[in-house]
Amino acid sequence: MTFLLAILVGVLYSAGIYMILRRSLVKVIIGLIFLGHAANLLIFTIGRITKGIPAFVPANGTKLVEPFADPLPQALILTAIVIGFGVQAFAIVLFKRAYQTVGTDDLDEMKSTDELKENMQ
Amino acid sequence: MNLIIVLPIIIPLLFAVSMLFFWKNVRVHKILNVIASIFSLVVAGLLLSDVNNSGILSLQVGSWQAPFGISLVADLLASIMVLITAVIGLTVSIYSFGSLDEQREKFLYYPLLQFLLMGINGAFLTGDIFNLYVWFEVMLISSFVLLALGGKREQLEGAIKYVTLNLVSSAIFLAAVGILYGIVGTLNMADIARKIPLVEQKELVTVVSFLFMVAFGIKAAVFPLFFWLPASYHTPPITVSAIFAGLLTKVGVYALIRVFTLIFTQDSNFTHTVLLVIAGTTMLTGVLGAASQNDMRKILSFHIISQIGYMIMGLALFSPLAIAGAIFYIIHHIIVKTNLFLVSGVVDKMKGSFQLKKIGGLYKYYPLLGLLFLIPALSLAGIPPLSGFWAKFVVIKAGLEINQMLIVVVALIVGLLTLFSMTKIWNEAFWKDDPSGNENILDDSFSSVSISKKVLMFSPIIVLALITIVIGFNAEPFFNIANNAAAQLLNPNEYISKVLGL
Repeated sequence: MTFLLAILVGVLYSAGIYMILRRSLVKVIIGLIFLGHAANLLIFTIGRITKGIPAFVPANGTKLVEPFADPLPQALILTAIVIGFGVQAFAIVLFKRAYQTVGTDDLDEMKSTDELKENMQ
Repeated sequence: MNLIIVLPIIIPLLFAVSMLFFWKNVRVHKILNVIASIFSLVVAGLLLSDVNNSGILSLQVGSWQAPFGISLVADLLASIMVLITAVIGLTVSIYSFGSLDEQREKFLYYPLLQFLLMGINGAFLTGDIFNLYVWFEVMLISSFVLLALGGKREQLEGAIKYVTLNLVSSAIFLAAVGILYGIVGTLNMADIARKIPLVEQKELVTVVSFLFMVAFGIKAAVFPLFFWLPASYHTPPITVSAIFAGLLTKVGVYALIRVFTLIFTQDSNFTHTVLLVIAGTTMLTGVLGAASQNDMRKILSFHIISQIGYMIMGLALFSPLAIAGAIFYIIHHIIVKTNLFLVSGVVDKMKGSFQLKKIGGLYKYYPLLGLLFLIPALSLAGIPPLSGFWAKFVVIKAGLEINQMLIVVVALIVGLLTLFSMTKIWNEAFWKDDPSGNENILDDSFSSVSISKKVLMFSPIIVLALITIVIGFNAEPFFNIANNAAAQLLNPNEYISKVLGL
């Protein structure tokens, strides 16, 4: 399981990096989403997956007995997913607005902020 | 209980939320904004004096015991940063009353400003590495909206670059936190610092430290990760640029200082040498970039980058004097940089342009403005006796003490080139005749500005200039406090024991 997830994380990272290097805005946002998911899955995998043993204190005991699944990585991922959702939603709206204002979704056309103004006129 | 630690976070939150109840009432927004800023300033002052008198304070949120819950920690560095944030928050708010257009004010500029300040204060005060990520996101999302607010073409283009690169940085930061948790099994920074020496795979720790270096490096705009900064910082209205220039990159520098003094010190020969190289190249590329520009805001943006180099240099030299120098440099730089942006905003209001080729003759008719520009500009370049001289002096002296001659030479050359850039702005904007010929005629937009608005614009500039002069002529107390902060950073035992209650 860990092995499969590790491969999945790698695929997501490479796909994400490939996509953010593209010129199209839509592909950039897809790349950002991939990178976010890759980070989430990485946390999940690296927190050591323990299957079928939730972190509950047994009914007749007073403390947790090893081994048990660590709930913290899942809490981190949950937080990161919520934050990522909000930020990505904002980015999509921003990119759409930029597309409407600039009239193109080609990042190579969006360089007016980098040019020396005196050369532009 | 040290409830005062939580106040710099709660106050902006409460006031920002209460502003939202008066959705379109800009007047109420302004009043609440000023009250919030003054409260934050008072609380930050109290916090700093508390920490100065009684050592590091910590608070376990919800009384969950430390390493399990989230800790808030105020050491000297954090409380210094919170105090400067409050100073900049107040001055920029007042400047906004005078300079910002009504349209942006109606679209919730002031609540966003307070949310931004909340995120910044949270990042300074948290003692938990995942919580630091959350505060970064709070800060980022407010800054995204502030940057894009207004929706002009160049703003949107700048925002795309800013948003994309900062999201990449966040993804790297998140992955680094995850891996660090996988190695040490805790998220509390004090607890991590305690457990890291026990880790067997030292190489893995070094790798993670580089992930943090890249993540924070993007936010701090160091070479070669700074490209979002000159592409975006000159696009929003000048009040937004000023607060970004003063505070946001410094949060990245703060995070670098925090993790590379508290957590990743076990391989400091290697990591801090890399930081030293980064520092030198950041200084050089920043200042050379500035030399090629002709837009006031762009010159100033590139100078943020070169000045970041000095702070990283202080961190990289990693001696008590060098860290103290870096902290002193941050104090000086935030004040001066914000002030320079505010002055350039006034220049734009007067002449209607930031382009040095199009403006001129300001000194002849506005000698006061010339003086107000010269104080922060010369301070930035490091001319004695202004604050920048002492900041550069301490960092360079620290370099000389441990025989890092190359970086010292680079730092001195960059100081000289900074002076060149500042005299360029001075010559073009203030000294030479106005290219359009009609020197004393201001841009229409400024002559129609009411006296009260002019006062609102000039008073923050004067206050910040006075602070620069005070730091310059009376550097010792500021240096002492930076020195004490550095001592706390380099000897993390107090931090660890106060947070974990050992």
